[in-house]
Amino acid sequence: MITLVAPPVSLDAVMLEARATSLAKRSIKNDAKRAGIDLAIRCIDLTTLEGKDSPGRVRSLCAKARTPRPGYLDIPSVAAVCVYPNLVAVAKDALRESAVRVASVATAFPSGLSDIEVKLADTAAAIASGADEIDMVIDRGAFLSGDERKVFDEIAAVKRLCGPIHLKVILETGELGTYDNIRRASDLALEAGADVIKTSTGKVGTNATFPSALAMCEALRDYARRTGERRGLKVAGGIRTTKQAMTYLVIVKETLGDAWLTPELFRIGASSLLDDLLMQREKLDTGRYAGADYIPKD
Amino acid sequence: MTTFEYAPAPESVRPQIRERYGLFIDGAWTAAHADRTFTTIDPATENRLAEVAYASPEDVDRAVRAARKAYDKYWRKIKPADRAKYLYRIARAITERSRELAVLETLDGGKPIKESRDFDIPASAAHFFYHAGWADKLEWAVRAGRTPEPIGVCGQIVPWNFPLLMAAWKIAPALACGNTVVLKPAETTPLTALALAQIVQEADLPPGVVNVLTGDGATGAALVAHAGVDKLAFTGSTEVGKTIARTIAGSGKRLTLELGGKAAHIVFADAPLDQAVEGVVNGIYFNQGHVCCAGSRLLVEERVHDEIVARLTERIATLRLGDPLDKNTDIGAINSRAQLEKIEELVRSGIAEGATLVQAPCTLPGRGFFFPASLFVNVHQSHRIAREEIFGPVLSVLTFRTPDEAVEKANNTPYGLSAGVWTDKGSKNMWVAQRLRAGVVWCNTYNQFDPSSPFGGYRESGFGREGGVHGLYEYMAG
Repeated sequence: MITLVAPPVSLDAVMLEARATSLAKRSIKNDAKRAGIDLAIRCIDLTTLEGKDSPGRVRSLCAKARTPRPGYLDIPSVAAVCVYPNLVAVAKDALRESAVRVASVATAFPSGLSDIEVKLADTAAAIASGADEIDMVIDRGAFLSGDERKVFDEIAAVKRLCGPIHLKVILETGELGTYDNIRRASDLALEAGADVIKTSTGKVGTNATFPSALAMCEALRDYARRTGERRGLKVAGGIRTTKQAMTYLVIVKETLGDAWLTPELFRIGASSLLDDLLMQREKLDTGRYAGADYIPKD
Repeated sequence: MTTFEYAPAPESVRPQIRERYGLFIDGAWTAAHADRTFTTIDPATENRLAEVAYASPEDVDRAVRAARKAYDKYWRKIKPADRAKYLYRIARAITERSRELAVLETLDGGKPIKESRDFDIPASAAHFFYHAGWADKLEWAVRAGRTPEPIGVCGQIVPWNFPLLMAAWKIAPALACGNTVVLKPAETTPLTALALAQIVQEADLPPGVVNVLTGDGATGAALVAHAGVDKLAFTGSTEVGKTIARTIAGSGKRLTLELGGKAAHIVFADAPLDQAVEGVVNGIYFNQGHVCCAGSRLLVEERVHDEIVARLTERIATLRLGDPLDKNTDIGAINSRAQLEKIEELVRSGIAEGATLVQAPCTLPGRGFFFPASLFVNVHQSHRIAREEIFGPVLSVLTFRTPDEAVEKANNTPYGLSAGVWTDKGSKNMWVAQRLRAGVVWCNTYNQFDPSSPFGGYRESGFGREGGVHGLYEYMAG
């Protein structure tokens, strides 16, 4: 095996999961919850990645991303919307004169099983349409067969193409099988130039989990320690409740520190999560739960 | 924009605490001889919680006689399956009242609510459930051809670090095997034992099967010396354990002792370091280090010493010390002023002997007994902090170079209760575990407990086992 980065770091599954479980038991109440909800909203990549996505659907999503709840001016916008490459232009137009960024999946999302030329063309098209951020996938088949060089080179090539454009590298942790692999893929991606490492596509059975996010936070912490440079984390897939979002904030806070609690360094890829955050926010303000139909769905 | 800092999250349930508690003897609450009482306080605030009856030798005598009568009249005679029913009833009641019991344990002892909620109380219930299952199956615990027989009246003295759980460890196997019990909880933490007495009463156990005597060391000494006691079980300090052994020598009383420890926690360079650090943190800071099996001597392979110490230093800074009732508190209150003074004295000795103290930067509350998560580096085997049990949140870090040296240093202690080993290499893990003279060796984990797993020590950590089939032997004759 070619030594591309520091030797593999091993993790112990039992203790990693125990630590993640204990972090999930943090009790987030009152002011902490209010701050956490607003922070989570600011960190959302509001996502639609379905075969039936259309310009109309994306425009609706963008309206919600910009103003999650019309009439409530203190509710922040989300960080970005995340769409397929051919809808980037629509999103870009819908979000003009707003701070909300447009992220595009690329590199033969979600499997990543295409030639590098196709992946680069896919990425280039998204960038040409105005994408501010690229969410690429790694080739899990290559990784699991031991071809770390291929994984590394593809990430490095995409990053070269992206230049200053924010590159998020999806590891698809649910397909990697072990925490050792998740850690190894994290280290490879960071060394190859990922600005953000991201858990999942949302397209396989297992999405982001607390222990996998914790393992990735440890990689980010060690990378920062080694290089002095802070890189980001994105958790995605299956995150629907405020409670889940709060636990991810806790994991980041207690593993990486408060400096990472910003949309520059932490993102949550989600769609319906925003609705629950808005409901919980209203509950904190009024003491009552709003009916689900008071929250705009898009 | 507000920052994401945890707001106070205090547990809201308030348990009913009586103004005064009597002694639980022969199924009823009675005043102590001469109506003597003492006060139990909340170590986190130093506020008074309740007045508790103080049992004198006269009360011990009453309780032992009640236990004897209950043994002869009911408990040795009833069907084993009926003993099981009572134990199941107690287990269910603990589960049903778990939240209230957790708060009570935290109030009286100072431990974080997350620990009493997630460990002490569920583990106590589990111990009763497990032994309820054994009550009518004891023939399978003894050698073929033998008949399981109870011993008689058991005097049981438990410590203040896991008050309800230690009571459960003692009472459940004793009752399952057909013995009756006189329990003496620790002076600083009587309340959950008294709540357990209430549960016993509500479970309608025959009077005298379980008796609870609150008091201090003199109460315990009277129980130890009482001629009507057939078996003694003690968990506590090695010093008191030795006194008990001397007192009952030649009396024919059976004895089990679970005493102190100075456990070695060995971390090899090839260990999963982040998780090893978590294990070390759990090993020493769980329950403020008031744990007899605490991994208080960290032995790290020299080549990763600096790395481990850096990670530990960073990690202990994230531990949250404060109100034990807050659900986010990691480090609660030290159990008593006396214990706090003992910790402070040993820490001073460590500094005087030349070790370097590293402490978590945190503000201690103005009232109550608190001590920050601490570790010592530059510790040598000859230092008191490497040899004596501190029983507080203080870790001593030592180094080794080879597996042989790790084993030699780990075993170089009069104690032998527990140990931990961290390495990714299975063969090395087993090689080391086989050579450690400790009752429990945890491999790539720490502080794992289960009612089915025997627990107990070597050498000055005591003898006899609690839990599992081995624990049953201690409560059966022959």
